[in-house]
This record gives sequence, structure tokens and C-alpha cells, in this order.
Amino acid sequence: MKTTFLDFEQPIAELEARVEELRFVQDDSAVDISEEIGRLAKKSQTLTKEIYGRLTPWQVSQVSRHPQRPYTLDYIESIFTNFEELHGDRAYADDLSIVGGFARFGGEPVMVIGHQKGRDTKEKILRNFGMPRPEGYRKALRLMKLAERFHLPVMTFIDTPGAYPGIGAEERGQSEAIGRNLFEMSRLRVPVVCTIIGEGGSGGALAIAVGDTVLMLQYATYSVISPEGCASILWKSADKAPEAAETLAITATRLKSLGLIDRIVPEPVGAAHRDPAAVALSLKKALLEALKPLRNMDADELIEARYTRLMTYGKFREVEVS
Amino acid sequence: MSTWLQKLLPPKIKRTDEGERKSVPEGLWTKCPSCAAVLYSIDLERNFSVCPKCSYHARIGARTRIDLLLDAEGRFEIGAEVRPTDALKFKDSRRYVDRLTEATKQTGEDDALVVVQGSIRSIAVVLAAFEFDFLGGSMGSVVGERFVRGVNAAIEQGLPFICVAASGGARMQEGLLSLMQMAKTTAVLTRLADQGLPFISVLTDPTMGGVSASFAMLGDVVIAEPRALIGFAGPRVIEQTVRETLPEGFQRAEFLLAKGAIDMIVDRREMPDRLASLLALMQRLPAVV
Repeated sequence: MKTTFLDFEQPIAELEARVEELRFVQDDSAVDISEEIGRLAKKSQTLTKEIYGRLTPWQVSQVSRHPQRPYTLDYIESIFTNFEELHGDRAYADDLSIVGGFARFGGEPVMVIGHQKGRDTKEKILRNFGMPRPEGYRKALRLMKLAERFHLPVMTFIDTPGAYPGIGAEERGQSEAIGRNLFEMSRLRVPVVCTIIGEGGSGGALAIAVGDTVLMLQYATYSVISPEGCASILWKSADKAPEAAETLAITATRLKSLGLIDRIVPEPVGAAHRDPAAVALSLKKALLEALKPLRNMDADELIEARYTRLMTYGKFREVEVS
Repeated sequence: MSTWLQKLLPPKIKRTDEGERKSVPEGLWTKCPSCAAVLYSIDLERNFSVCPKCSYHARIGARTRIDLLLDAEGRFEIGAEVRPTDALKFKDSRRYVDRLTEATKQTGEDDALVVVQGSIRSIAVVLAAFEFDFLGGSMGSVVGERFVRGVNAAIEQGLPFICVAASGGARMQEGLLSLMQMAKTTAVLTRLADQGLPFISVLTDPTMGGVSASFAMLGDVVIAEPRALIGFAGPRVIEQTVRETLPEGFQRAEFLLAKGAIDMIVDRREMPDRLASLLALMQRLPAVV
């Protein structure tokens, strides 16, 4: 598949195009240009490293939404085996913007749940651009309770612009569905490991992201509101999204330093989509390490530790009050 | 301040509201934004800011709410020692710290939630009330922490917890820290539930976003005030997304009742008695009202 380049990657795109071109003419060429190709390919690699070494939060936000970025089902395919997808909330519908089911992770049975975006137009619509309706959250909760019943760890993958703001979603209790998940996840009696793999869009992301350990891919974002949304509200102009992205603290490094995520999972040079196999390997390793200590804890310990951590969230000061 | 909030409001109400403030001389008379009746301000206040002509429920502040609901004696505040800080050094067109200072000047509060222990018709409770005029009642770290301290006080003393919501949602200026308050406030309610203590959630105009999508809809009993706007996404956002005109009364308390999302709608003037009645029933106490 041809790589899609983002605006700020244009210098890389040009180099890559040149390499491509040379490779094409190499066969007919009388002179040996393989050395030149090698030199340019190396230059492109260095340039990618350099550009990715100093991405602004706004650029990271674009990478996190890259159309070729691996989605939940890609990771299920590459990291898990024996995936048995389960459908429906048993009340209204099967929301395809959240997928989930039993699977094996390193041979052990687990429950895997994640947001799912679509690749082509048809699938994007089918998956509602990864924006769940209440039935999606209720399906996720049903699967989590199922995992609890069979003592299986839950692994969630977060990648959504947010919960869907639609008429039907409101009618069927979007707020209650999200709130209910937060409530139940905070006391689920099995290990819960959450990974932000792409866009962590607000309440719609959090609704499947309350767990014992929260991992985040290097170029994923996690935010209370999209930079565009924040900019249009506070600056009254979506053009200020880069500024909003900066001040909102949405990147893995900022969130790690605020203590809101536990671990950053490194991505290959040029981000996950440039080498899906490499990022899958990196993620699998991180997940194994995250799950291991949790498996040794009994349910009460697990919930107590999860609860204690949730209670530490927030920054405030305390004063003497008479 | 609240342009983001005004976006939340249907244009009709917003217009009348803005028009009103300008045309009415301060103090003496108030024109009802709903039925346009000209009312003597003191009468309106005595009526808990409910229009005596059409029962329109105007917004009221946290302290007024507490005075309306709690018995006069035996109150004390919880969590007042918790104060905001600007962890992200957040700055948009203005600095977050300046917005905080101004909000305090406007409201006399130092954040958007006031928690008080007291009693309703002699039934002991812990009551949390949102101050909507403080940055749109938005939930940041202080709101989350005060909520938690309130629920913990209720647990320690075996009391019911009541929260009166009025909020536009999570506080953007605290970034992901504010999103996490959704998880924090909801998690503490699992402990209240474990103790078999009641949580009554009262939704007033407006209860939106991160507040509605966390603890607000999880009450053992969920009550709304008449005509209150309650929902996850703001009407404007929905309209822009679906490109349809929203149905009449969409996201209003009456709409939520019809959809099965809340238990009841209670007139503000009857709220103390109805809460007392419910609390007595839920705790198997003799009838008080």
C-alpha cells in the first residue's frame, strides 16, 4: 500500500517519491544507481527521524488520526489468536464502532474490546467513523461482565474521535451508558489493561478506558476535547487548533508526566503506520508486562489498587479554612 | 464568559435572555424570559426564582439552592479547603488563572461545587450543589475532589448523598485532568452503593457533557427540574453533525422522562418535601412529610 503523507511530511514524501522513481528506472539503466538509491533511502530515514523527533502536539494529533494507522482489529489480528467476536447489546443493536470478543493472548484466554474505525468510505460509514452510540458502550459493558464471570482479564483499545453526537444516541441515553461503564469498570473484579492506540476522544474514549494499567502509543493522543473543538470554543476559531493542542496537554509524554497514563509504548520511525508489524510487537511486549503483575493479584486487591489510583486523579491545592 | 455555553442553548432562549438583561433596569422588576410577565423581583426571589405565572425555573446559584433545600440549623461545609490550581499553565485568549479570579469575583465562590452536610426536613444528608455561574459549572479537579470528600463524609456517617447538577461539562482548561474527574466521581459512588446508602441525583438546567456522562445519570433516583436541558452533546453540536432540525423539546427534562432516562420531574418549590419523602422511603424511616 502506498503511504499517505501528512502535510508536515512533505520533504519525506518528495525523497520517497525520488527513491521510487529511481527504483523504477534502475532496471533499464545502463549505469548502476543502486548506491544513489541507498543514499536517498537513508537520507529519507534520517529526515523522518528528525521530523518525528520534533513533532508539535498538533502534528502528533494528525499522526494519531492517520488514515493508515493500525486499528483495533489490526492489533487483534497481529497480537491475539482464536478471536471469537461477540455482537450486540441485547437491548437495541450491534454497534460496529466497538468490537469485542474472546481471544487468546500469549495462549491465555482474555476478553478484548476496542473502538473500530473504517478504512474505506463504506466501512467508515458502517463503523460510524469510530464514534459509538449507547449500544456500543452497552455491548462493551456486557462483554466486560462476561469476562468477570469467567475470570478473564479485559484488554481494551481506545481509538475514537468521541461518542457520537446524534439524536438517537441522546434518546437512548448516551450519558447514562458512558457513566454506567465508568462505574462498573472501576469495580470490575478482573484485571483491566487499557491502551490508547490512536485518538482518545473525551468521554467516548474514557468509557472503555478505566483500568488497572493505562498504556499509550507514542503518537496517540488523549484529550478532554479535540483541539479543533477547544479552539472553536475558546478562541472562537478552529484555525487555532495547533495552539489548543499545545495547551491541552494531549500527548503521551505530557500525560505521563501528569501521572494520567502509566507507560508509553514506542512506535517505529515515522509512526505505527510505516511499520505495523513493529508496533504490534512493541505493543504485545508492553501488554505482556502490564498484565503479568495483575494476574497475581486477587480481585479485592485489584479493585482497591484501581480505586486508590482513581482517587489520586486531579491537581489542586489545600488551604486552611477557619 | 459563557459563549461556549450559549452555544449549548437553543437560540430562542438565548435571544430572549440576552434581550432581557439589557432592557430591564437592575433590581426592581424582572421580566420572565419564558412568558414575558413582568414580575416584582422580590416576589420572584421569594418564589425560589420560579415564575409564578408560568412556572419557568430560572437558574439559581449553589448557595441559594442549599438554602432552599437544607434546614437552617446544623449545616457545615465540606471540602472548602480544596482550591483550584493551574496545573497545565493553560492559556487561550486569556489565562486560566485570570478566568478563575474573575469567576470568584463574580460568584463569591472559589470553584463550581459547594458541598454541605445538613438535613432536609430533619433527615440528615450530605448535599452537593453546582455553581453554574462559576465557569459554567464546569468540572475540574476541585469539583471532583469536593464531590469525593462529600461522598466519603456520607459514607463515614452513614448518610445519603444528594447532588444538584448544573454544568456545561468537563473543564477544558484542566485538560485530561478534568476528564479523569468523571472516572473519579463515578468510582466513589461504588463505595456509597456498597454501604447501601442512597444517592439522589437532581438535574437542573443545564446538565451536559462530562457531568451528565458520569455521576449525574447514576442516581438511585434521578430527578429533574421542569424544562431543564439535559444531555451528552450540546444541541448545536448535534445539529451540525446530523444536519437536521432537532425535534421540539429535545433534551429537555420532559423529553428525558418520556424516553425513560429519569425517574421524575419535580417543581423546585416542592423539592425539599419530595426529597425528604424519598429519603425516608429509601431508608425505611417514618414519613416526615
